[in-house]
Amino acid sequence: MKPTDSSPRGARTAVAPGSSALTFKNVSMTFPDGTHAVDDVSFDVAAGEFVTVVGPSGCGKSTLLRIASGLEHATTGFVSIDRSSIGYVFQDATLLPWRTVQRNVELNAELQGMDKPTRQAEARKAIELVNLVGHEKKYPKQLSGGMKMRCSLARSLVLRPKVFLFDEPFGAVDEITRERLNDELLLLFRHEMFAGLFITHSVQEAVFLSTRVIVMSARPGRIIADYQVSFPFPRHHNLRYEAEFAELCGQISADLKDAHS
Amino acid sequence: MTALDHNPVTDARDSTTAIEDDSPPATSAGPRSDRLKNMIPPIFTLVAFIAAWYLYSALKYDIAAQRRNALPYPHEVWSDGFLPLSDKVNGFRPILGYMWPTVKVTLIGLLISIALGTAIAVIMNLSKHMERALFPYAVLMQTIPILAITPLLTQLFGERLGVRLVVVVLIAVFPIITNTLFGLQSTDRLHHDLFTLNQASRWTRLRKLEFPSALPAMMTGLRIASGLAVIGSIVADFFFAQGDKGIGYYIRTRQQKASERPEMFAGTITASMFGVLMFVVVSWITTRAIRNWHDSARSRS
Repeated sequence: MKPTDSSPRGARTAVAPGSSALTFKNVSMTFPDGTHAVDDVSFDVAAGEFVTVVGPSGCGKSTLLRIASGLEHATTGFVSIDRSSIGYVFQDATLLPWRTVQRNVELNAELQGMDKPTRQAEARKAIELVNLVGHEKKYPKQLSGGMKMRCSLARSLVLRPKVFLFDEPFGAVDEITRERLNDELLLLFRHEMFAGLFITHSVQEAVFLSTRVIVMSARPGRIIADYQVSFPFPRHHNLRYEAEFAELCGQISADLKDAHS
Repeated sequence: MTALDHNPVTDARDSTTAIEDDSPPATSAGPRSDRLKNMIPPIFTLVAFIAAWYLYSALKYDIAAQRRNALPYPHEVWSDGFLPLSDKVNGFRPILGYMWPTVKVTLIGLLISIALGTAIAVIMNLSKHMERALFPYAVLMQTIPILAITPLLTQLFGERLGVRLVVVVLIAVFPIITNTLFGLQSTDRLHHDLFTLNQASRWTRLRKLEFPSALPAMMTGLRIASGLAVIGSIVADFFFAQGDKGIGYYIRTRQQKASERPEMFAGTITASMFGVLMFVVVSWITTRAIRNWHDSARSRS
């Protein structure tokens, strides 16, 4: 791992350091068709830490999330995570089109067997958290892309997961909405203090959101750089235009370019 | 309290997009004059069709032989086939009397087809092995020439209501099986992942995910099957003469003599009107069933 700024400026004292919520240990993944997707990846995500993995497309970033959640099984190595408490946000909002916003937000809780009055109340709280109040009775086809993503986020929030996995959730929305959703997600992260593992190919998004950025190489994906991001919270959206921010983005982009070659 | 502060600019933009998405197309909400305009093309087609019918009948009319043509004039079908209102053997009243058993057989047969077809599709959807084991025979069932196995069907189910229902089901069940199966199998992969992450059971997955996803496809199957069910119940009358005879019997018994051709055509037209009515009613129901959330439902309403 690369040496990083040894003096983190972020206010991360709220959570006991070292209590790892998610651990990858020597994880490798080879698909049955012979594709070697992930090669010997090891890292921890502690509670209250927001880790983003960036890498060229097809480098196995998403595979890491699927392994963490149990949707795929690693060929070798192991993952330690409390699977009863995961929030998984997909690339698509994956809302059920025949359910209203309210009923979509209730879905995870419903499938996990939470009783109706409780899950309805929890869903209302989550809808409030993501600013969808007033849209509860709408169907997904009536929502904009950004609203769909918020609804998807609310669905995971209902269960108050300790670990949140994000699989390029804002890849399909426009730049302005994406920045706005990033701001909102940061507030949520500070509010809920979950451990976050976020996948993206936007370096800017990675730096803005994270307490730590991991850079992966082209396939087979292995970790080639690991940065602590020490900008303090709460982060203002203008942070994106500061020199230090740009410098770090530039550094990570340079690593990514090396990763391609 | 919300954890996020509101940004009116983005939110306004979000909701405008949503409202635009939400506005219904002009045709369905248009004024009455638009509806009248929409009726002109089909009426034009009808007039052209009747004109062609007259032309054909006139060309084939054999005065010397003093007998009716295979295709009587439209006005003869109207006056001889439909109009004798007091006649107890021919005309509109007996046609309606024969229609009732046809309607009954069609509706019951269609309901059986829905239940059976859906059940078969659900079983096929359980595993690839199940699908491989059953699908070829579902296709085979569709290709059986029913005429050839009428003696067998009679032996198995008698000649009354039961055997007519069997014919309807044999004809109507296939599109329900294939469309339901297609619908169940085209459930979004990420939705499946979502249910896997929540440790959903096979039954929950079927009930809360696959079944609702399959609904639009199932509705397509139902629309096709409703037309086929009408054909099935009429065809059954051609093969089986016992029990409550339907409109097919009326048509068949007036097919032989040239003098009764107008009656035959009157029966046929009534039967196909029933088919059209079935299609319209089923389409209306199926559109209502999914219109809240499915895109296809909007343009058809």
